[in-house]
Amino acid sequence: MLAHRIIPCLDIDRGRVVKGVSFVDLRDAGDPAELARFYNDAGADELVFLDITASSDQRATMIDVVRRVSSEVFIPLTVGGGLRSIGDIRRMLEAGADKVSLNTAAINRPELIREAAAEFGSQCIVLAIDAKRVDGPAEILPDGEPDLAAESPWRVFTHGGRNVTALDAVKWARYGAELGAGEILITSMDTDGQKKGYDLELLRAISDAVTIPVIASGGAGNLGHMYDALNEGRSDAVLAASIFHFGEYTVSEAKRYLADRGLPVRPPVTGGTA
Amino acid sequence: MSQQAPKPRIVVINHQAANIHSVGKALERCGADVEITDSAGALLAADGAVLPGVGASDAAMRALGELALIEPIREFVRSGRPMLSVCLGMQILFPESDEGDLPGLGLVDGRVARFDVDGPKGGAPRLKVPHMGWNTVRFTAPDAERHPVFRGIPDGSYFYFVHSYLCLPSNPGDIAATTDYGGTVCAAVVKGELIATQFHPEKSAELGLRIYANFVRHVAETAATRVA
Repeated sequence: MLAHRIIPCLDIDRGRVVKGVSFVDLRDAGDPAELARFYNDAGADELVFLDITASSDQRATMIDVVRRVSSEVFIPLTVGGGLRSIGDIRRMLEAGADKVSLNTAAINRPELIREAAAEFGSQCIVLAIDAKRVDGPAEILPDGEPDLAAESPWRVFTHGGRNVTALDAVKWARYGAELGAGEILITSMDTDGQKKGYDLELLRAISDAVTIPVIASGGAGNLGHMYDALNEGRSDAVLAASIFHFGEYTVSEAKRYLADRGLPVRPPVTGGTA
Repeated sequence: MSQQAPKPRIVVINHQAANIHSVGKALERCGADVEITDSAGALLAADGAVLPGVGASDAAMRALGELALIEPIREFVRSGRPMLSVCLGMQILFPESDEGDLPGLGLVDGRVARFDVDGPKGGAPRLKVPHMGWNTVRFTAPDAERHPVFRGIPDGSYFYFVHSYLCLPSNPGDIAATTDYGGTVCAAVVKGELIATQFHPEKSAELGLRIYANFVRHVAETAATRVA
């Protein structure tokens, strides 16, 4: 049976993990490879690395990070942040990333999704959507665009929730899937960082709108929140950062919790390898 | 790895549409002398080969055709040396696929079909495609009777899958393992020394590395037998 995935997310700035793990005795808690190994050993099903480096001349650093991590850790690795072109995507995949997540670049030019999916396959194109509940009238999109004007309560935001777009988050997810995205990573800017649970209504709306896997993000404060996102929110996977980084729960505790409540998860494997 | 024998030479066939990097690193970690190559000569001189793959079947077959690798791959397999084909690498072993127009390698009888998004029966929940994530794998033979590459893997272990099309071998005897996704899905094929997995061992953590370690050891053993 297909397992629900638990995916720790690491923010990388100039090749170093920021907001990193603070609870375990790691030689270098800022080293992405060391943290990747740590989460792999803990039973993480995938890893997401988000490059938050502001200056583009530091982007090459991320390629080295990806190459190093994928040489040592043999679970799927998604890389996002600042990828704007087919060339950017190719460099990440060649360095060993399994998937790339596209956010602002896809909003600016949706055809990038189609081109990337045609070039590399849908399975490695994740559409990341930052959504926030908005009251008030919808903006009218220019003629000739697909009908993505707001109907649901959620609009697509960029720049960490600071800039609103005219896009309806649910329609954008559906359109992204049509263009060839293989997965949706949906972050609620309302619940992100609040630790009061994922936005279940948003998750359900997105999950019901597409037939590709949905990763829930934003708001995990305890393991019950993860259960709710997978169960009531109908997500396929949950992404979390601080809940794991600050040692409140381990990945294997999360898996045991979900398994005890009847959700399929991959049990952490211990013992000998090559 | 603790073995006195020389490292087996294993080529990873580079057709520009694959997660070559991880496959190469997994093989190295398991003790192989790895060469990532698009050279037919290098392939035909190797002890073992891996045919990786992600992406679309037509793109892969077109690349293999342009690199003049189609016949050398067939020749390599005919020679009885072990080849491990992964994901799309498994799908292009078949003669035809719903995904594309170009014929596949035709090394395993059957075809490749798209997942039925509406599920196997009416009223069932819609199947999400791609089939993406960790799923349980059941082997068709008990441990001792499996191909050496799959020995020591507990039945029901989780492996990482990412695919939108599924393989339908026409000879049930070619199916080495299955998984369940909207019905029974072929997860691995063994035909002589042609071994194929729909899942990605190089993305399946410890148990995936165990498959690569088994493969490297098996290649070393078959190479030693050939010399002897």
